[in-house]
Amino acid sequence: MIKSEADSERTKLKREISELRAALNRKEQCLRELEAAVSVGAGAEDHAEENALVSPGGTTHTKLTNDDIARYSRQLILPDFGVQGQLRLKNSSVLIVGLGGLGCPAAQYLAAAGCGHLGLIDYDEVERSNFHRQILHSEARLGISKAESARIALLELNPHCEIRCHSRLLYSQNAMHIIRGYDVVLDCSDNVPTRYLLNDACVMLRKPLVSGSALKMDGQLTVYSYGNGPCYRCIYPVPPPPEAVTNCGDGGVLGAVTGTIGAMQALEAIKVIVGMGDVLAGRLLIFDGSSSLFRNIRIRSKRPNCHVCSAQPLITELIDYEMFCGMHATDKDNPLQLLAADERLSVKEYQEKLQPHPHLLIDVRPTAEFEICQLPEAVNVPLVEILDDSYLKRFAKQLEDKELPIVLLCRRGNDSQIAVQHVRNRFPMHSIRDLIGGLHAWTNSVDPNFPIY
Amino acid sequence: MMGTPELKIVLEFSAGAELLFGNIKKRQLALDGSQKWTIANLLKWMHSNILTERPELFLQDDTVRPGILVLINDTDWELLGELDYELQPNDNVLFISTLHGG
Repeated sequence: MIKSEADSERTKLKREISELRAALNRKEQCLRELEAAVSVGAGAEDHAEENALVSPGGTTHTKLTNDDIARYSRQLILPDFGVQGQLRLKNSSVLIVGLGGLGCPAAQYLAAAGCGHLGLIDYDEVERSNFHRQILHSEARLGISKAESARIALLELNPHCEIRCHSRLLYSQNAMHIIRGYDVVLDCSDNVPTRYLLNDACVMLRKPLVSGSALKMDGQLTVYSYGNGPCYRCIYPVPPPPEAVTNCGDGGVLGAVTGTIGAMQALEAIKVIVGMGDVLAGRLLIFDGSSSLFRNIRIRSKRPNCHVCSAQPLITELIDYEMFCGMHATDKDNPLQLLAADERLSVKEYQEKLQPHPHLLIDVRPTAEFEICQLPEAVNVPLVEILDDSYLKRFAKQLEDKELPIVLLCRRGNDSQIAVQHVRNRFPMHSIRDLIGGLHAWTNSVDPNFPIY
Repeated sequence: MMGTPELKIVLEFSAGAELLFGNIKKRQLALDGSQKWTIANLLKWMHSNILTERPELFLQDDTVRPGILVLINDTDWELLGELDYELQPNDNVLFISTLHGG
């Protein structure tokens, strides 16, 4: 009793502290904005609307402060960058879409380099599984908005950066309004619909789009909608089939890989803003982290009949991108519904009715995931071995017994349904079911100490 | 007697495309050099000889599915005639899955 009370008190205090920190931060930001407005004069006040970060005229910096000179000295002495480069950066505004594995390092390098205005968009909140790659978030900010959490970290890094948070999902109805106020956009998102949405909006608003992506040990980077270079639709006129798309939550990713690509997105944004070097437009950089290979490939130029960036575009306003792609713009659970209710078991039913009796429990996750955690009775047969029937030999004896119930499970209850369909076709007389919600449901409804990933 | 002439090319796979081909990232191929090899023929050959996983994740309607880029000697195949491009000795053909994660 005492221990659980102490635990809940601790949780409560932690939450209150992080809320207070966030509130403190907002107040400090307000103070900074107020001071900036006062120092510029009353003229800058009339741009209160949320997307107007850089009020035209009023706040254009033409000189560096002594603090700027000391802080940015190591890049100021680069001949191609110099004072003019620093001033351009100081007067620039960059929108970062997604404060995850790519957005965190990108925002970090842009803020540190002296980018004057950053906009941060993320609908999501900080979770423990973010920390290994989303390096702006911290233990103390678990559960708060990722945009807000990133802002706190960035201001510690560079208090001169003005940061605007947009803690919501970017979609067709708000995208143009938000993006309009920025000079450059960084696509640090994690899904196909958002990538098409950002592309179309950036083409329509003529904003360069620095697009990064990463998965497992690989990364890719290019700049769309810049100069004569192509847009995302020129390269990918048709979205990929949903079953061919893997996100970091399912496929895994190494933080140093997203970090590599995110840092390079900041670099390309700086080059675009400052006008230095050769911007990575019309080329795609591919990074293979497992063999430490960078490769630069020449991609096609603008597609003459591109639906959005050609002279006669078919798409002149934003569309419904989730419908266009047949996919969701969030990585929140989108459970499959392949099986009828009587082909499925809740974890409670399984625990009460089946677990005490003889049965065959097959966990269809990949072996690397099975090694993280598993139910004691479970045997591991990865889904691919179910689908190519190589499991048949291994369980020949058990499968002869029509009375032996078979239960298939996975992490969240999607792959297990695919497995049930396959096994049932071969053994129509057996009782073959899967666990609704998989191991996540097991943790939530049966054993809160079972690890979740 | 000389044997049949060979057309030597290199196939590479990146960013997950290799998972459909036995998880091998680079292959040296010696194709039958007595015939003409277009990319279209090569795709058929790959389908019957080295494609190990679900074919629909690689091919759709006799071409490469949306979301896989094809590069010939590091240049987008769309600049080189796509399916009609005729393979030359020592060509490097690279298939890249597009990544969307972040």
